[in-house]
Amino acid sequence: MSDKKPLSSVNDFVVRFANVNGSGSASANEMFARAILRHGVPVSPRNIFPSNIQGLPTWYEVRVTEDGHLGARGGVDMMVAMNPQTWDKDVAGIEPGGYLFYDSTKPMPSTKFRDDITVIGVPLTAITNSTYTDPRQRQLFKNIIYLGALSALLDMDPKLIEQLIGEQYKGKEKLLSSNVHALHLGRDWALQNLKCPLGLRIKKSDKVGDRIFIEGNSAAALGAVYGGATVCAWYPITPSSSVAEAFTAHCKKYRHDPETGKAKYAIVQGEDELASIGIVIGASWNGARAFTATSGPGISLMTEFIGLSYFAEIPAVIMNIQRAGPSTGMPTRTQQCDIIACAYASHGDTKHVLLFPEDPAEAFEFAAAAFDLAERLQTTIFLMLDLDIGMNHRLCRPLKWDDSKQYDRGKVMTAEMLEQGRDFGRYLDVDGDGIPYRTYPGTHPTKGSYFTRGTSRDRYARYSEEGSVYADNMQRLVRKFETAQDLVPRPLQANAERPTRYGVIYFGSTSPAMDEAIGLLEARGHQLDRLRIRAFPFHSSVASFLAEHDFVYVVEQNRDSQLRQLIVNENGIDPVRLVPIVHYDGTPITARYIAKAIGDHQDHLKVTPLRKAVS
Amino acid sequence: MTYIAKPKFHHPGLKKNELGYTHRDYEGKISTLCAGCGHDSITASIIEACYELSIEPHRVAKISGIGCSSKTPDYFLGNSHGFNTVHGRMPSVLTGANLANRDLIYLGVSGDGDSASIGFGQFAHSIRRGVNMTYIVENNGVYGLTKGQFSATADRGSKSKKGVTNTDNAIDLVAIALQLGATFVARSFSGDKTQLVPLIAAAIGHKGASFIDVISPCIAFNNHAGSTKSFDYVREHNDAVNRLDVLVGRDPIAVDYAPGTVQVVEQHDGSKIALRKIDADYDPHDRLGAQTFLARHAAKGQIVTGLLYVDPDADDLHTHLNTVETPLNTLEADRLCPGSAALDKFNASLR
Ligand SMILES: Cc1ncc(C[n+]2csc(CCOP(=O)(O)OP(=O)(O)O)c2C)c(N)n1
Ligand code: SF4
Repeated sequence: MSDKKPLSSVNDFVVRFANVNGSGSASANEMFARAILRHGVPVSPRNIFPSNIQGLPTWYEVRVTEDGHLGARGGVDMMVAMNPQTWDKDVAGIEPGGYLFYDSTKPMPSTKFRDDITVIGVPLTAITNSTYTDPRQRQLFKNIIYLGALSALLDMDPKLIEQLIGEQYKGKEKLLSSNVHALHLGRDWALQNLKCPLGLRIKKSDKVGDRIFIEGNSAAALGAVYGGATVCAWYPITPSSSVAEAFTAHCKKYRHDPETGKAKYAIVQGEDELASIGIVIGASWNGARAFTATSGPGISLMTEFIGLSYFAEIPAVIMNIQRAGPSTGMPTRTQQCDIIACAYASHGDTKHVLLFPEDPAEAFEFAAAAFDLAERLQTTIFLMLDLDIGMNHRLCRPLKWDDSKQYDRGKVMTAEMLEQGRDFGRYLDVDGDGIPYRTYPGTHPTKGSYFTRGTSRDRYARYSEEGSVYADNMQRLVRKFETAQDLVPRPLQANAERPTRYGVIYFGSTSPAMDEAIGLLEARGHQLDRLRIRAFPFHSSVASFLAEHDFVYVVEQNRDSQLRQLIVNENGIDPVRLVPIVHYDGTPITARYIAKAIGDHQDHLKVTPLRKAVS
Repeated sequence: MTYIAKPKFHHPGLKKNELGYTHRDYEGKISTLCAGCGHDSITASIIEACYELSIEPHRVAKISGIGCSSKTPDYFLGNSHGFNTVHGRMPSVLTGANLANRDLIYLGVSGDGDSASIGFGQFAHSIRRGVNMTYIVENNGVYGLTKGQFSATADRGSKSKKGVTNTDNAIDLVAIALQLGATFVARSFSGDKTQLVPLIAAAIGHKGASFIDVISPCIAFNNHAGSTKSFDYVREHNDAVNRLDVLVGRDPIAVDYAPGTVQVVEQHDGSKIALRKIDADYDPHDRLGAQTFLARHAAKGQIVTGLLYVDPDADDLHTHLNTVETPLNTLEADRLCPGSAALDKFNASLR
């Protein structure tokens, strides 16, 4: 008895699964998302999980998006409520006119429902128990049975799901056939007992193209393989552990010598983050490409070493998969909150290179590029992902590699160069770009060796506490950072259809939500030029963009608008002209949120005396 | 601070080793430590051992933490690369360096503050992993560089120069190294070059994690009555288990006293210590035996010196990780990058 018309939409809605952690639902839910992809319809799924292993609530949300909007949308059109613990909250979260799918084996009192939604009961436990006796089987197949029922309700092609099951259980015939059987149990029950399909439905389309579906962490790890990393040292921490785990898996596949079977890589699970970055620095000092992956608390521990990398000029690559801080914060929620901590990590005057990929494809490219940059600049390079890209599957363009590419090992003096009598001063700025030459240990019997240290030294690496020598060195490091501006990925600008005095700056995982928000803002009559920052130090085009616009919104996922702080600090710009748009509750920022915040501010600008100031 | 450069002039008559290097080729900058510091004697022993072994100096990577002891790599093997890292973290940097290039010799130098306090974890884990290295702790029971605070190896009841009594129990790094599976474990005394030089040489020749704890009195802060790491104290409490020859088939260093006798060894500063010769039945291949031996003597307040344990068939971290023989730092894109064809296949698997 719904007092609201049921929602009706083809290929554009949000389904959310509420499960209990440890119930084995993750693979069924992911299969649901993949099945929709196989229909040629883009999806954007998100895992919302607790920082516990067993028993606590988890949600998996699938945004079905014909238009290809990959940011989180907000709101739920269909709730698959499999967790009694979160029932009330889950039911409350459904959009008016939406659908509630639940296990009706034990009927719920009517007070537990809402009048403005459509309730679909399927006696999942009863169906499962009548078919399976083993408790584990009952639990696992229940998930496949609801997948089957949903496929009927949403009008999905069961062949495509069978195909996926076939791929997943290739060579395991028994598992394959029992999964297909469970799928049809659910599907047939729904077809016989319910009105199928619903207003929400899937229709075959061709909007996926050649795009791939991959997690950012896996893509970044593969970037490290392609980028030539041979040493990885890490310490487990959510949400970065899967980087090292994926690197291990990729290396097993791609990095064993075909003749000897031996590994062309070394992976060490360090005793902590201090050791992990220490191993990276030791390996890089000795000429190997090395990296670590961590998250906020790990960065805190690594900062002393990061200072050493900066000052002693040793390459290092750190992949920081950010989560909500400070301290333990919300370890399984996303944020972009380590910008300042990484940009200025360690004591004394330091500055570090940050790279901000927007999706897995860029995570792959930037990860590979990070090793070139680290060796070219002889310093720490941070690859700044966050949980939202790192741990979720994202549709993105296929990964690409140019086979003619050689690694840029930077300025390394070889034995031959030393033999030719090239003047070697470890900290000599020979080329005027602030980047000195280094030698690897063991290069030459009598030339080119030096003592690496975190203490001040002169251009020939001789210990010195002379003030002018120290200042000279610090100035060269500034020059080197300026050189970095032109080596790192440049910002990408996209202009509004009409000339505008307003701009927006954003970065990283905010990208898909921002792309979508622009459409919503245009519909409200607001025109904005966009600049997506892809690295720190900022390229000169950032300053130009700021100069060309009266007001620039800076959209980011942290409380203190850290990127804005960095821009203000580095560009010496009047902070009033940079308007912070922040979102930091641990959920990914949505287009709706951005459009509302910017739209309201724009409306406000037009009616207040500020108008004068911006004419 | 080193202001004075050493003269490059070599006397033509200087003795040469097998590779034609003279003793001077193994020296480094002039030490800036306190004259008479035990650490300088260890430096001298390292120089001696490398000379005896006819090591190519530039094939050694010397890595240290922070402290007076950690400064010493600047004072030997001037033609090799050194890395003075951060406090307590030498082991991880050395581990990384070793992973990058398995062909060099890795010499880790640390202090007792560096290794038993802030770096206790890294010390333990590098040993546990079996990194192929020679890990030397120059153990003076104090923080020298920060002027005399107790370190974690200071014995309970010992007194600082300021008269403070240490109430914490001491950590015995040798006992820990044995427990963690080090495949070469020894203790020596900085002044006992005769014992120390062959120990260092043997440790360098050993494949796997070698650990040597060298008692090294700090003459500035820990060489007073009340300290258990002073010259006098160590001289009275030293109980050496054995003496070693250089293992690698070079001229042996003569062992010039009979089993059961006491050898008096003269220090660089003129002081002397007494070493007791190896117990005739001591078996350095028995880890458990070494542990009990150590514990028994520790209970008597005695410092045991000599080679306590060695596993001649040890392997190392590279063996455990099954890495290629070619140093990882020499591999280039042609051997590391799977290429675009593999990537296309990978892409296809993600649709
Ligand atoms: C993180 C950090 N904390 C403290 C210090 C200060 N510090 C320098 S050396 C040292 C102790 C050195 O003692 P030890 O390792 O025993 O060497 P020694 O000087 O006695 O040879 C300390 C605490 C530091 N450099 N870094
Ligand atoms: S303070 Fe002690 S440890 Fe440091 S140099 Fe002087 S004697 Fe050696």
